[in-house]
Amino acid sequence: MQFGIFSVGDIAPDPVTGRTYSEAERIDNIVRVAKRADEVGLDVFALGEHHNPPFIPSSPPTLLAYVAAQTRRIVLSTSVTLMTTNDPVKIAEDYAMLQHVAKGRLDLMVGRGNTVPVYPWFGKDIREGVALALENYNLLHRLWREDVVDWEGRFRTPLQGFTATPRPLDDVPPFVWHGSIRSPEIAEQAAYYGNGFFANHILAPNFHFKRLVDLYRQRYAHYGHGTPEQAVVGLGGMSFIAPRSQDAVERFRPYFENYPMFRGSRLEDHMAATPLTVGSPQQVIDKVLTFQEGFGDYQRQLFALDGLALPVETALEQVELLGTEVVPVLRRELESRRAEGVPDAPTHASLVTAKYGDGEPRRPRPNPNRGDNLSGTMPYQDSDPAVQAKFPVVG
Amino acid sequence: MTTERKIVVINAGVSEESSTRRLAGRIAQQSIDTLGAAGIPATVTMLDLGPLATEIARSLVSGFPTGPVSDAIARLADADAVVAATPVYKAGISGLFKSFADLIDNDLLIAVPVVLAATGGTARHAMVTDDQLRPLFAFLRALPVPTSLYAAPEDWGSPELGKRIARAAGELAALLRTDAPRQIADDNWGGYRHRFAGQATRAEQGATDVDFDTDLMRLATGGPAS
Repeated sequence: MQFGIFSVGDIAPDPVTGRTYSEAERIDNIVRVAKRADEVGLDVFALGEHHNPPFIPSSPPTLLAYVAAQTRRIVLSTSVTLMTTNDPVKIAEDYAMLQHVAKGRLDLMVGRGNTVPVYPWFGKDIREGVALALENYNLLHRLWREDVVDWEGRFRTPLQGFTATPRPLDDVPPFVWHGSIRSPEIAEQAAYYGNGFFANHILAPNFHFKRLVDLYRQRYAHYGHGTPEQAVVGLGGMSFIAPRSQDAVERFRPYFENYPMFRGSRLEDHMAATPLTVGSPQQVIDKVLTFQEGFGDYQRQLFALDGLALPVETALEQVELLGTEVVPVLRRELESRRAEGVPDAPTHASLVTAKYGDGEPRRPRPNPNRGDNLSGTMPYQDSDPAVQAKFPVVG
Repeated sequence: MTTERKIVVINAGVSEESSTRRLAGRIAQQSIDTLGAAGIPATVTMLDLGPLATEIARSLVSGFPTGPVSDAIARLADADAVVAATPVYKAGISGLFKSFADLIDNDLLIAVPVVLAATGGTARHAMVTDDQLRPLFAFLRALPVPTSLYAAPEDWGSPELGKRIARAAGELAALLRTDAPRQIADDNWGGYRHRFAGQATRAEQGATDVDFDTDLMRLATGGPAS
């Protein structure tokens, strides 16, 4: 079981001090939060992608590459990488490069995103959002698994004899999670490929996502990847922890009730009706255990805890409490509850072992440039001569 | 034995004693009587929106129906017929009524017979029923009966209102005596847009009832869209 944090890098005025972080401060702060998460033994740091103020992570691979250099153990991920408005070729390139420099400490969560204006900024149509996400992932999946790709679809120019570089580290693509809050098609795609499925599990009523997760589990089994119970499920959640529960409520209330998204809402209503947990470490532990009871054994639990205009000192304290007071107990408790045969979330190491056993991983060496910047059907010294790519015909 | 028909009244009247509730009640009672005369038993559930006002507002803001609102929608989803009744405020249907309507799934009332009703302080607003309620229920692909009802103060003393109520109830009963509403929904369900795990009675809830034979599902599994 992995535990970690996910952030969308939002900025809002601190309702207590009235101060608003600059983008420069927020970028520095998010790196501090990621480093602290690594130090206290959390397993995952995931960063969202937004292309408008007041959010800072327009370029997650850049920021995550820096975090990779500053951390030692933590797995880096995204929450989410926009599968609709990004070119899947660029995603393949950026995240393969990140996977290399992070020495395999990387996986990826892909999703549609929900900001309406972002689509036209990138020349896309939101009404095609689901189709864009599905088709783009189909291409990404191939680009990371086939050295030479011929491809044609509805949403980008065709590819002929294309090689996405660098090839994934050890020729093992980053594990992919599909994030969705409503689309059965996304659950189906995750199941079809044997990828992970993540429900953000915030803002919505308790167990709102259970049917979507169950659909994914059933279809995962349908496609022969394992039993429904072995499907790779991740959940989000939002928490605020203090040693005494009344302190947690008192300190968190102004940040929650003044945050633009929650104005008009009462903290207590959200605590009762949604997965949001505000209280003592034990209360957070108890709530997460209800997730396992409702969704079954799962592989990854992420918490959103650095947003809502919280001062960075508070966010760092939250990471600390999560890592030292909550997660160690949850690890023991959930491990003891876990049914036999339920796997951990895949990591680079486990995927390398699954592919090569004790053998040497493939690390392809390119053939020399032919002088035309086309790599041909045999881009690497060990390329399969049987693979034939179609090339553009001129004239 | 004939299956019991479930009539659900949505009442957006908030005063005590509410004339909107009174009008809706008369329509519901007349519908039961008319159906009863045809040998079809029916029951009525009153859905008063006034006590739910705070929950409805909270649901609008949070984006998800709160428990009590979700329960109300579930009762509506189970209806064989609906009586929709709202007061007229500021020359339009009540904001409370529209706010509740904004929270229900688009496919919740497909082909469900509905009597449209409104009350107001003057006869000058009589067209609100047809100008505002009818398009709303057209959007929901419901089946509003031909006769809309509107009661101004002077109508409460008039036998004509009773006749119009009887006419609307007769129309509702005629639709409920046939199986047409159910057939419309059953035969064409795949043609409407739906939400997975929604509250509509026929909404897809899991792997056994999801339609995997669609362009998007084929695309999800690596294939071409069509």
